[in-house]
Amino acid sequence: MSLRLENVSVTAGGRTIIHDVSLALEPGTMNVLLGATLAGKTTLMRLMAGLDKPTSGRVLIDGKDVTGVPVRRRSVAMVFQQFMNYPWLSVYENIASPLRVARLNTAEIDRRVRRAAQLLGLEPLLDRLPQQISGGQQQRTAIARAIVKGADLVLLDEPLANLDYKLREELREELPRIFAETGAILVYATAEPLEALLLGGSTATLSQGRIVQAGPTLAVYHRPSDIESARVFSDPPLNESDIVKEDDVIRFGAAQALPAAGALAAIPPGPYRLAFRADIATLGAPWPASLSLAGRIALAEISGSESFVHVETAIGTFVCVERGVSTRQPGQPTSLHVDAARVFVFDRDGRPVAAGSGG
Amino acid sequence: MDKPLNNRAWLLVAPVLLFVLFSALLPMMTVVNYSVQDQMGENHFFWNGDAWFRDLLNPATEVGARFAGALVRNLAFSVTALLIEVPLGIAVALCLPRKGWTVGATLVVIALPMLIPWNVVGTIWQIFARQDIGLFGAALTGLGLHYNDTQDPVSAWCTIVIIDVWHWTPLVVLLSYAGLRAIPDAFYQAARIDGAGRWAVFINIELPKLHKVLVIAILLRFMQTFMIYTEPFVVTGGGPGNATTFLSIDLVKIALGQVDLGNAASMSLIYNLITITLSWIFFTIMTQLDRRREE
Repeated sequence: MSLRLENVSVTAGGRTIIHDVSLALEPGTMNVLLGATLAGKTTLMRLMAGLDKPTSGRVLIDGKDVTGVPVRRRSVAMVFQQFMNYPWLSVYENIASPLRVARLNTAEIDRRVRRAAQLLGLEPLLDRLPQQISGGQQQRTAIARAIVKGADLVLLDEPLANLDYKLREELREELPRIFAETGAILVYATAEPLEALLLGGSTATLSQGRIVQAGPTLAVYHRPSDIESARVFSDPPLNESDIVKEDDVIRFGAAQALPAAGALAAIPPGPYRLAFRADIATLGAPWPASLSLAGRIALAEISGSESFVHVETAIGTFVCVERGVSTRQPGQPTSLHVDAARVFVFDRDGRPVAAGSGG
Repeated sequence: MDKPLNNRAWLLVAPVLLFVLFSALLPMMTVVNYSVQDQMGENHFFWNGDAWFRDLLNPATEVGARFAGALVRNLAFSVTALLIEVPLGIAVALCLPRKGWTVGATLVVIALPMLIPWNVVGTIWQIFARQDIGLFGAALTGLGLHYNDTQDPVSAWCTIVIIDVWHWTPLVVLLSYAGLRAIPDAFYQAARIDGAGRWAVFINIELPKLHKVLVIAILLRFMQTFMIYTEPFVVTGGGPGNATTFLSIDLVKIALGQVDLGNAASMSLIYNLITITLSWIFFTIMTQLDRRREE
């Protein structure tokens, strides 16, 4: 089954929630919807599921218009961010519920439920009620319910957001593998760029109800078609600054001018927006083509294997990544080196003019 | 173990104890007092032991027969009222709008009967049910039904039940509605995606999520129906015959009509005990079921 959204828009209460979205999803693929909270990921998923009807536009399955077809007559499974299970049914019955609705025979139901339970490590818990198991187990029950259904379209709406770290890592690895066998279209909504990279497949970046860019995940990451796409796909947040190119220098306002190295050498003179991710900025040795800025340490966020160091310069505060636990103290003078070969340069409309890989 | 005793703590609870003493214990003790004494002539009381209680609980005696009859009627009434009001209340709550200005409007209209005092409700229905000028009675008679709430036991009984349903179903509606509103929307979406029908959603999502408020609703409604007094007092006066003579009605007849203080006192104590015991049993069963589910 292939799913296509054609110029789909949703308006509610005079506000447009989804702006003219077109998207094509192929069977057996992993599709990530990446966007901040309220970007429209859930609304888009509800449209795909058939829970909601778009205000305008069409939803096509295998080329057939299914815009008005209710969810009950579509082959779709969905896992929500909250753990959704029937409170009075055992784990077994919860997993079996879509099969009971489909009126399969008992032996077949039992076979499928046990296989799904085995895949998700739920076998010892089949007799329990949802209140008697942990949050992670509840979510795995919900995922098992989506698996047994054998749906052609599986929608995962931030399924791991409410789980603890360990379980999240574990399930993130398992989920694509579990569903890959089924040949279903897998749609995975997340707010975390890292999660999109780990899942691979293709990614659509969403911002304010629009799809900014869609394509293979790594291509979207390395070659944003729009500054907004790069913003959505950056964590820590994208570093940005207004620049003006003049002959062979770039000016950061009146305060600073640097030689136009790397990707900046070839662009015609004029105003631009310079952007770079934290990992192509360093406090260590300069790059072969470096933009070097003097500044002071403002803050070091330590996240274990790496630290995000915020550096205050004359033209703004930028974030860079250092390996390991940073011991830098706020106030220390330092110099920040940005790899000029890999920076993004966008024009005034946010379109890329120099194709740096961004990181 | 060797905590120092601090008797000053009594000072702090003294106001509550005093209040309970005057509000509950002293009045209650007068009843207990009457229940173990008999009276001869003017204010001359003597000890009667448990004779009143033995009479009361023995259906062979006159008062025992009255008590047993009224108790059965009371139970029948409570069961009937609950069987109608709880399902009806849930059904109405399910039909109520979920958003928009209609929510406030419907809730106010539905809550109106609860705001009317018992006495007024009784009077309204007494007139409403009359066969000559009452809309309800006249309409039923006009339809060719045999309806007479003052002479026909079935009519009288139905009238009392209908009054209670009209007066108190709104309570079940409001409680259920609050419970329904507390269910996150995502539950319904998940069920829709599973392909569950309306009935499956009700059984597997709504009812489990409602059962806590339903425990409260059933408990409240049971206690209130079991203590029913005003409606039969005003509308049927306990008749025709004894058809609508409930415990409280009989109690008042014995205490104030016949001034049989001993009979009345023992009866009110037993009546009180039955109410408390039944409520406790309800509550325990329901909360135990709940606990077992969570373990």
